[in-house]
Amino acid sequence: MSDDHSADSPALPTGVDRRSFDGRMRLSTRGGPVYGEPVDSDGWRAWDAGRSKLGAMLELGMDTGLVGGETVLYLGAASGTTVSHVADFAGATYAVEFAPRPVRDLVGVAEARDNLFPLLKDARDPDSYAHVVESGVDCLIMDVATRGQADVAVSNRQFLADDGRLLMAVKARSEDVTADPDEVFADVLSALESAYEIIETERLDRFHADHLGIVARPK
Amino acid sequence: MTDAWFAGTTPDDPESGAQCIREGRASAPTDWPAEAVESGFAADETDYYAKLRSATLSAARDAVAERERADDVQLAHAVRAMDDAERTANELAERVVEWAGTLYESVPRGLDGVRDIAAREPSTAAEERVVSYATRAVDLLDERDELRAFIEERAPTSAPNLAEMAGPVLAARLISLAGGLDSLAKSPSGTVQVLGAEDALFAHLKGRASSPKHGVIFTHEYVRGTRPQDRGSAARAFAGKLSIAARIDHYSGDYRPEIHEELADRMATIRAREEEGGE
Repeated sequence: MSDDHSADSPALPTGVDRRSFDGRMRLSTRGGPVYGEPVDSDGWRAWDAGRSKLGAMLELGMDTGLVGGETVLYLGAASGTTVSHVADFAGATYAVEFAPRPVRDLVGVAEARDNLFPLLKDARDPDSYAHVVESGVDCLIMDVATRGQADVAVSNRQFLADDGRLLMAVKARSEDVTADPDEVFADVLSALESAYEIIETERLDRFHADHLGIVARPK
Repeated sequence: MTDAWFAGTTPDDPESGAQCIREGRASAPTDWPAEAVESGFAADETDYYAKLRSATLSAARDAVAERERADDVQLAHAVRAMDDAERTANELAERVVEWAGTLYESVPRGLDGVRDIAAREPSTAAEERVVSYATRAVDLLDERDELRAFIEERAPTSAPNLAEMAGPVLAARLISLAGGLDSLAKSPSGTVQVLGAEDALFAHLKGRASSPKHGVIFTHEYVRGTRPQDRGSAARAFAGKLSIAARIDHYSGDYRPEIHEELADRMATIRAREEEGGE
């Protein structure tokens, strides 16, 4: 289990490394600890793929196109678990979250980092942060648990550079708790087609039940 | 003129920048860092990001503090005010209908009667008084409806899971009875189950009555719509999930569809007892 995918999968972004924690090879980044994750003696902290959809996408060997140092717009930052790792290897990182309580924690995460900008905004209303988030970001990462996840991706396309990437985790239950996840995913993918070209999809079930990881580029 | 958050702010004042971040809008993003350097707001990109960082941090901190401080308190006051408005309107209505009955023929009973009277054209001094009095009652009823609309709009943002599970008004009532979302989140589910049934609870504790099965949660269809011999189970299951919902809303704030599904399953099981004809 320890080294699956590592041989044939795309290179990890600079600043992300597989290191040994308690005898198990795990993803890790360098930065201040955030959620009680283990830290090794060189200051690398484990990136828990079970708590992070992006972590799961990297762990499963999806080709995210991330190389490190990019400008990132992260929608659905929640309390900052994943976005803290992103800010460890990326450049300027804009973190949008709608709910006030998680943002309290997110502010704490941002205080310990120079390149993480927390925004208490609604990702369904991009105009409310277009005066802050710059155009031409390299990567749009989405983990919003709301209905209409594809619409959010499409309306936030305007921030993304033409050669940028959309990395998205779709939660089937957020769209419709009763529907078959496969049908939900098919609907989301076809709604994305208006603005994006899908490069890769993979179920994240090993780490997150009923989630689909999507890599796409703007059309 | 630019829509940038830093337009019109002074470079060394994070507070004015924070306010623009919270309140500003733009129809499309631009290369803000380049524009900031060009306009002289920042010396270079590094300087821009440092300024952006302190402004976003301060904006997020302020916004969070404001929202957390305010929302559940506002809900609690709004639901109490709504109840006051309704109780008072009913009291006025009683008088209006009784009085109007002596002046007009066929006055509809209750609140319908009040609206009916308020819409009439008075032709005597006495009619003028009763129509005017009815108008006050109608105003109060409208105020009650606006308070309800306010609660329905606010509850889903300040307590998304609780509002989804209980409905916005019952969610606000529970918050009000517990004395805030914070105390509701810290209450055991047995307390949530009997919130609003304090009289019955204290009668029970003094040995004068059996323990109450439900408090204000009785108003929810899950409890009221269950047959009497299963209401205790329904109230217990419902209260258990409500207290989980309150904790998620207080400590995390994100919406979790799973708990709503689990409750629906549990209620279906309890309701199935009736169809099976069991006791």
